[in-house]
Amino acid sequence: MDDYILLANGNGGKFTSRLIQSCFLPYLKDPALLRLNDQAIVDVEGCRVAFTTDSFVVHPLFFPGGDIGKLAVCGTVNDLAVGGATPLYLSAGFIIEEGFSQQELRKISASLSAAAADAGVRIVTADTKVVEKGACDKLFINTSGIGVISRGVDLGPHRVRPGDAIILSGYLGDHGIAILSSRKGIEFDTSIISDCAPLNLLVNDMLHHAHAITAMRDPTRGGLGTLLNEIARQSGTGITIHEERLPVREEVQGICEILGLDPLYLPNEGRLVAFVEPTHADSVLAAMKNNPLGRDAGIIGETTEKPAGTVIMKTRVGGSRMIDMLVAEDLPRIC
Amino acid sequence: MKYLDAFRAKEPLHTILSRITALPSNPLSIMEVCGTHTVSIARFGLRSLLPSHIRLISGPGCPVCVTAQGDIDLVIMLAREGGGHKKCIIATFGDMMRVPGSDSSLMQEKARGADVRMVYSPADALAMAAENPDAEVVFFAVGFETTSPTIAATILRARQANIGNFSIISNHKLIPPAMHVLLEDTTTAIDGFLCPGHVSAIIGIKPYQTIVERYRKGCVVSGFEPLDIVISTYRLMLQIQEGVPRAEIEYSRVVQAEGNAKALELLSRVFDVTDARWRGFGVIPRSGLTLKDAYARYDAVKKFDLTAPEVPDPRACQCGQVLKGIIAPPECPLFANTCTPEEPAGACMVSSEGTCATYYKYEQRTPSN
Repeated sequence: MDDYILLANGNGGKFTSRLIQSCFLPYLKDPALLRLNDQAIVDVEGCRVAFTTDSFVVHPLFFPGGDIGKLAVCGTVNDLAVGGATPLYLSAGFIIEEGFSQQELRKISASLSAAAADAGVRIVTADTKVVEKGACDKLFINTSGIGVISRGVDLGPHRVRPGDAIILSGYLGDHGIAILSSRKGIEFDTSIISDCAPLNLLVNDMLHHAHAITAMRDPTRGGLGTLLNEIARQSGTGITIHEERLPVREEVQGICEILGLDPLYLPNEGRLVAFVEPTHADSVLAAMKNNPLGRDAGIIGETTEKPAGTVIMKTRVGGSRMIDMLVAEDLPRIC
Repeated sequence: MKYLDAFRAKEPLHTILSRITALPSNPLSIMEVCGTHTVSIARFGLRSLLPSHIRLISGPGCPVCVTAQGDIDLVIMLAREGGGHKKCIIATFGDMMRVPGSDSSLMQEKARGADVRMVYSPADALAMAAENPDAEVVFFAVGFETTSPTIAATILRARQANIGNFSIISNHKLIPPAMHVLLEDTTTAIDGFLCPGHVSAIIGIKPYQTIVERYRKGCVVSGFEPLDIVISTYRLMLQIQEGVPRAEIEYSRVVQAEGNAKALELLSRVFDVTDARWRGFGVIPRSGLTLKDAYARYDAVKKFDLTAPEVPDPRACQCGQVLKGIIAPPECPLFANTCTPEEPAGACMVSSEGTCATYYKYEQRTPSN
């Protein structure tokens, strides 16, 4: 493999896992990190604490339905929430390019603050760095967050069993299309806005059924296709989903047809996928549908005994095909 | 999308499938020569729906895949050295960036510092030239008859706007000559063609009539939705059963028998038809498009006096056999072993419409049912 980092090494799919395998895991070997979940779960003085970090390099900084500030709060809150944690405190680190507008920075700070209030978390520490022009593109933000996990809540691929129902909380791909629609070179008019939202508000309502939920993840970079592959591999089960049950807005589908994209691999910032024991699937789904963030939720498929580690889709016309992880879609800087 | 849904509905498709099943079950090999068909067949799981005696095989339908190794190396060289130009920007479609040349790819050159940019259309590359007057923008153009008229229009626009820092490396190819080569080849076994919908929208049906007359093989111009493909397959089977091969248009909502006269005129105004080297096929006479002398200032090969190195196709890789439909991708020993989309050995594993990439993505472990 070439010694240079490729843009594709940041796409959240196979190239990213290869980079992690070759450059990070040989050196960073903490058992909590090695679980490779969206968040680490550690014991602090007898309390179960979830801890996560995420960096935001989205381009452009402002897009339909959000901006980098809102995204920086939601991204980190969501990584905690899908681990079953209640997010509490966030940090924010700003890397700013010389020449960036103070007015825009104020706007982003205000959005960061509003998003934290919506999510019910506090931003309790922050850091600022300014780099010379060209050393970064306008503004990058890193946020880290901690939350607590109740006793008895244990989510993860290790608990997924054949027969679990797979519930998706809403429409696929809105965030990806909203970002693309505002990119220079491919601007197009669309009514699609990003789904960027703090998922803890939805997860709160689901945790009443925590015993029946085996795993949760949010399909960000790499999309639903990559997420399902990760769970299939980590849990050793097969996964079957049904194309006709996948919620994709007509407009998103249309833009995907034109640009040659697949909604299965588009990033989302306010959707989650829950694996639920079959006997409780309906009650978890009902709880989700009662929440505005889960209004369009539905059961999209189920886990199976075989073929282990593989994701199959029954197509709308009745055929069947495999779904692989994202390899190299050219949509950098989507979050 | 409502319009498309009609072509993706389950019921009409299964009606046609039952008619197909009712026909005699002689083994048949039907080749599609368009990457978009290849992807549709796999994406909708159509192979799993058709009876096993019907083999859908993929031909040289992906422009990225058929680009010869030497032509890729030439552009990589240009990206590296800039053709003597201080600032050279290589613009190309996303898939071209990942195709492995002999010792590098455009994506790797980009990571090393070359200015390689992905564009969605040649017009974007021309706009880039207008915005960067101190740089030379070279558009690495690949494509079949569908794409080449847009390049021709871009060249005319460049001349009209007097943009001098724009040029192209033309690797445009023509589909019908490759179909002739496939049928002349005694190692192939093709009973009929699903002809490319968009290419045919430009060239019409005449080139296929020649094929029908000369080789007595049916040609049906097909749309890209599941119902289109299944109906076209059924029509080919009917022709074979009747023993009367014909050139037909299933995709009549887009394709007219005479093609697109305006696009054809544009092509003949800007391009000369020349011999071209194809991966897996070697040189096919009169199968490529080169800018006419009147537009030589936009031809990067002439402008910078470039020569594509004579490089053989990579040896272990069986892209050639795959592109001719002689083997299916899983029959290549490299497939999914040393050749994967992350580290492709051959071009067919790179392009999103490449036969190997499509098999890898959609069909690698699909259970047959």
